[in-house]
Amino acid sequence: MNILELTFVASVLTATTPVVLAALGGLLCSVSGVFNMALEGQMLWGAFTAVSFSHLTGSAWWGVAGGVAATALYSAVLSVLAVTFRADPVVIAVGMNLLALGLTAFLMRQILGVGGTYTSPDLHGLPTLAGMGLDHVPVIGPVLGSQSPLVPAAFVLVAATAWWLRRTRSGLRLRGIGQHPEAAESLGLKVGAYRHGAVLAAGALCGLAGAQLALGNVTLFSEGMSAGRGWVAVVAVMLGGVRPLRVLSACLLFGVAEALGFRLQGAGLPQQLADAAPYVITLLALILAGAAGRRRRTPLETA
Amino acid sequence: MSAVRLGSLARGRAAALGPLGRSAPAVLAVAGALVVTTLVMLVVGVDPSDAYPALIRGAVADGNLEYTIGAFVPTLGMALAFAIPLRTGEFNLGGDGQMALGGVAAAALALRVPLPPGVAVALPLVVAALTGAVVAGISAPLHTRFGIPAIVTTLLVSTPAVALSSYLVRFPLAEPRTGIAETPLLPDAAHLPAIGASGYVTIGLPLILLLTAGWIYVDRRTVAGYEIRATGANREFARYGGVRVDRLAVVTMAGGGAFAGLVGGLIVLGPPFRFVDGALTAPGYTFTAIAAVLLATGRPIAVPFTVALMTILQVGGEGMERDAGVPSQLTQVIQGLVIVIVAALATTRVLRERRARRAQEIDVGEANA
Repeated sequence: MNILELTFVASVLTATTPVVLAALGGLLCSVSGVFNMALEGQMLWGAFTAVSFSHLTGSAWWGVAGGVAATALYSAVLSVLAVTFRADPVVIAVGMNLLALGLTAFLMRQILGVGGTYTSPDLHGLPTLAGMGLDHVPVIGPVLGSQSPLVPAAFVLVAATAWWLRRTRSGLRLRGIGQHPEAAESLGLKVGAYRHGAVLAAGALCGLAGAQLALGNVTLFSEGMSAGRGWVAVVAVMLGGVRPLRVLSACLLFGVAEALGFRLQGAGLPQQLADAAPYVITLLALILAGAAGRRRRTPLETA
Repeated sequence: MSAVRLGSLARGRAAALGPLGRSAPAVLAVAGALVVTTLVMLVVGVDPSDAYPALIRGAVADGNLEYTIGAFVPTLGMALAFAIPLRTGEFNLGGDGQMALGGVAAAALALRVPLPPGVAVALPLVVAALTGAVVAGISAPLHTRFGIPAIVTTLLVSTPAVALSSYLVRFPLAEPRTGIAETPLLPDAAHLPAIGASGYVTIGLPLILLLTAGWIYVDRRTVAGYEIRATGANREFARYGGVRVDRLAVVTMAGGGAFAGLVGGLIVLGPPFRFVDGALTAPGYTFTAIAAVLLATGRPIAVPFTVALMTILQVGGEGMERDAGVPSQLTQVIQGLVIVIVAALATTRVLRERRARRAQEIDVGEANA
């Protein structure tokens, strides 16, 4: 088995993309000083609404747009309760994750007419880059050819966010609000408005993550299909702190673990090992980072 | 910042109000959740006047009631698994993994080691509880030593733990030559004695009620309970006051995990007297219990009642699906809404206090002027 095979790189990117999109949302919230643990439920809600809109309109891109809009709307629950009313974000997140699980399972029976898994030849998935004329380019063709346009878009978004946070006035303000809200407020910045913006943007990014998961990686919706990826995104934000490129590396670690688990399963190892591998590796990374942080006397919580 | 808010939630700050006032947030949360759920029903074209009676019938009509009591036992156990660490401000979301590995440990012991009657029931339950305690206990040092919140580690440990239990049941412990993902039938000596005719209600019910009473007593009347509540209210202040916070974190996480493991053992030693892969986690006891505990807003004595309510909703949901054709997942919607609304109501209290404080400051200011 050759890890450097281009198809393996391709499967790492496929596994990483939904996680990194959600993690980018979590990062924006973390930068602005809001603890967003509702990524899992939002990603699931995004996957469901994207599939529903694609099913209803017959267009994958309308599916993506619907998923992004619907998930931003869903995140308004967190935005209003946690930012305006200062409710406990952890409890809200636990409730929103459970609510998404129940709502998607209930609504899929009502809207899509089936339980468990919905798939249909009429359901339009996102086009692949190969279909858009990229398959003849060396290296990029085999790696990105089978991917949806959202995969390169996710990595561009990471770079754009990194640049925005470092180099622009509004990015600096968002960072200032997260580091010292009182100081930011005394300078006349609207702390609440920036935080609402961050939470809603995170909702939109989770919608994009769900759309990629359900219309890009595969073309189906199944109950609970986010399967812990949103929690991995939360961990990636803990590992990466407020630095986009570090968050990206944490997500890539998860992507490698999932792709590797998938391969091992193909090589005859039990499916349960493949299921467990990404979580075990994420946990180990978290422990190592925690141990390193302990030496530097900066616990993860304060990041 | 978050820990302080968790503390206020764990503490239950409505102590000054009367008994009716204290349950007002819970009543409002359930009412609010039902209103939103009814709206969801109307939007997607389900008739609430069909759905709700079918839900009640599904939970308490004759024949179903014993089944509801049967589901009450694991839900109450899982409620304690979440509530005990919550008293110190820690979230244990990994109940599924703790329960599954506890169940596997109980099944393995009952299948592989011949034990005398009595011990054959008690020992697997103890081993199940210890297994759950170890699985959950891992998360305590990860928080206190490495600063990784338990809400994340319990969940990350849970998925591999469920996968491990699934592997053990499918391969080393599987019933030979059937290909079904379940263990063989446990020996008769390891079956939990039943109470009543149906077999759904076992001695698990009095056992879990007794243990719940024990927890409420410890929480209210003992030094340990006081230290746990103090840690939940303000971890650093408790440490300053001489509470060994780190040791307490291990004890409460492991204590919660022990209840989850015990639930796994009780399910496996009860009907159908074997570990069926997925049967422990499929009914969603863990999150039903979390909704119930949060609904109790930090009052242990209220937990058995909120658990009963949530169990009725959960079991009734299955009846609603059979009778009225309404997907039972609607009960998960209700649970999620209950949690969100409880959190929202907790803040109206905070806002009211803040407003009162501000008014007071203005009064003082005017008096000075």
